[in-house]
Amino acid sequence: MHSNGLFLKDVAGFLGSYYTALAVMNAVAAYLLWKRKKEPGQALVWTVFAGVMMVLASLALSGSPGLVPALPAWLRGLVNRLSGPVLYTLGTTALLTILFVFRRFFVRPMVAWTILNGMLLLMGLSMADENFASIVMKPDNVPIVGLVFLLAFFTWVATKQAVVNDDRIAQGLPPMEKVNDEKVLVWPDLVYTELICMIAVSAFLLAWAIFLPAPLEEPASSVKTPNPSKAPWYFLGLQEMLVYFDPWYAGVVLPSLVIFGLMAMPYLDFNKKGNGYYSIAERKFSYLTFQFGFLELWITLIILGTFLRGPNWNFFGPFEYWSPYKVEVLNNVDLPQMFWVNLLDRPLPRAPQGASALTQVGTILLREAPGLILLGAYLLVLPPLLAVTVFRGFFARMGFIRYMIMANLMLLMLSLPLKMVLRWTMNLKYLVSIPEFSLNF
Amino acid sequence: MAIGETIRNSQIWKSIFRHPMPLDRRNRIVVMLTNFFLHLHPVSIKKQGIALSFTWCMGGVTFFLFLVETVTGVLLMFYYRPTLEWAYNDILALRDVTSLGILRELHRWGAHAMVITTWLHMYRVFLTGSYKPPREFNWVVGVILLLLTLLLSFTGYLLPWDQLAIWAITVGSNMARATPILGYEGPGQQLLTVGGIDMITDGSDARFGLLGARFVGEETLNRFYVLHCIAIPLAVALLLAIHFWRVRKDGGISGPL
Repeated sequence: MHSNGLFLKDVAGFLGSYYTALAVMNAVAAYLLWKRKKEPGQALVWTVFAGVMMVLASLALSGSPGLVPALPAWLRGLVNRLSGPVLYTLGTTALLTILFVFRRFFVRPMVAWTILNGMLLLMGLSMADENFASIVMKPDNVPIVGLVFLLAFFTWVATKQAVVNDDRIAQGLPPMEKVNDEKVLVWPDLVYTELICMIAVSAFLLAWAIFLPAPLEEPASSVKTPNPSKAPWYFLGLQEMLVYFDPWYAGVVLPSLVIFGLMAMPYLDFNKKGNGYYSIAERKFSYLTFQFGFLELWITLIILGTFLRGPNWNFFGPFEYWSPYKVEVLNNVDLPQMFWVNLLDRPLPRAPQGASALTQVGTILLREAPGLILLGAYLLVLPPLLAVTVFRGFFARMGFIRYMIMANLMLLMLSLPLKMVLRWTMNLKYLVSIPEFSLNF
Repeated sequence: MAIGETIRNSQIWKSIFRHPMPLDRRNRIVVMLTNFFLHLHPVSIKKQGIALSFTWCMGGVTFFLFLVETVTGVLLMFYYRPTLEWAYNDILALRDVTSLGILRELHRWGAHAMVITTWLHMYRVFLTGSYKPPREFNWVVGVILLLLTLLLSFTGYLLPWDQLAIWAITVGSNMARATPILGYEGPGQQLLTVGGIDMITDGSDARFGLLGARFVGEETLNRFYVLHCIAIPLAVALLLAIHFWRVRKDGGISGPL
């Protein structure tokens, strides 16, 4: 579906106020840079930017095709063609890695401000695309847009302070939090902050409630299945995992492990440093593990599941029309099939008709041997192997039980990205497939 | 001014607030100790511990949103009947007819916001390493509260009884079908076969326990309504009390040792 005049007329008012808000935001920033920071050069840059945003606002308000600022059609087409689960996952991983490695550069206020403006501008330009807007503006998807910006902002806030603290600690100075540790009275200092916070949140919530009606679709009907059928947005990461795993693992075991792993964290993290202040250098291992689980596996999968998964749970580019007729080739193969049939050129081992239960189980075990051996090696052999190599120090300090719990939790967390890679590279469906016991992995 | 003076000197006022206005140091301390709601807080606190750049105020905002959800939720219960006959119509009426129908918007967006602020609070507590000793147990309580927040939102999702509601709950609860051993499509459900009779069927498995039926229907609506309005909020209230109490007992807001 291509953008038509009607859609642009509808969205013109929104885009007009959106760009105006961007202009005001940057004008205020420019004013502060000029008055407070005495940086006339930077103030000028953002004043010009604010001016450009005003021009975009007036163009957007026209509501006519060709005038409303939008990404060129060829670029949107290119993005649609290129995007897919592989590029999305690798791309977000690469992006987060770059942000982490060069965090010193990215936390600089002007760099962060530039990136924020870039994100907001890209968002505005994309909103002029009907397909993009129809997904992003769905009332229940709006919170996720908010979540993305909030997480970006707060990650910046935290990283900025961590970078400062890490530098100070390297010089033998205490973290910044230690410097301002004078005591103040809770009334008025905290009580008033809380009051202002409450008023601000109330105002924000009221505005949200006034401008965006809560969604209400047709009355429930158990015979009209919508396509796609999606769980509430905060569970879409789990629903996305169903692409790679069976429901018993993706929907029950892994979520339970996430909860268990979170609860176990304070008992597994034996590092006494970094308690009560922002720091990265002092606790790199726990920081990276958590961020991988939270930002990469939890948040980006929710974004993928919400914005990029359409009818039949097929992948759609951000500017692509959600056609229910899109066909994707599914040629995934189980490991036993690969091993016995494709590699050894033999039929799958099968118990003769009327064989005893023991023979049947034995045959299943033989058939699934390649997957079971791989899994056994992964979960049983790898932890001790790591304990005497990479995690030697960990093992010594944690003791057997704590170390085994940590190693297994980590390996189970990594089972998701590993399964993804196996799917992408060799179309592997299941490592172990025992339909007789509904046990697929 | 004279009226204010008269009120503050009246027996009624003095029976409620047993000390003068908190304008000087002494009374600012006394107010924290004599007010039931304020005594959740300490009297004095480290300045960095209340800096917005440190706390992001996300725990407080989450609690405030919980209160907003409670108040708007109780008011919504006046209008809403959890039956197949009325559920959808009552929500329609809230949108089109009822004065203050905006309560539903406040409740729904507040719920989404609460999920997000809970995550951000957890994120902050992790990034400042505040889960470390002596606060390990309070982190565990927090994780349970996070789970309960998601369940509150999930059970509430069904109540409008529109297409969005039942299919989201159908997709979400279908997972329970695959629970190992306890779900009738889960691995190992054959293990619970006694004397040739399957104990785990679609009428007795984990999903059935969640929905109260074989599919999302009136029993589910009733069950989720009770969970959403009574059971989970009570559990949350109890755990919140423990969570706050432990913040104080574990040495107040975290900071460098």
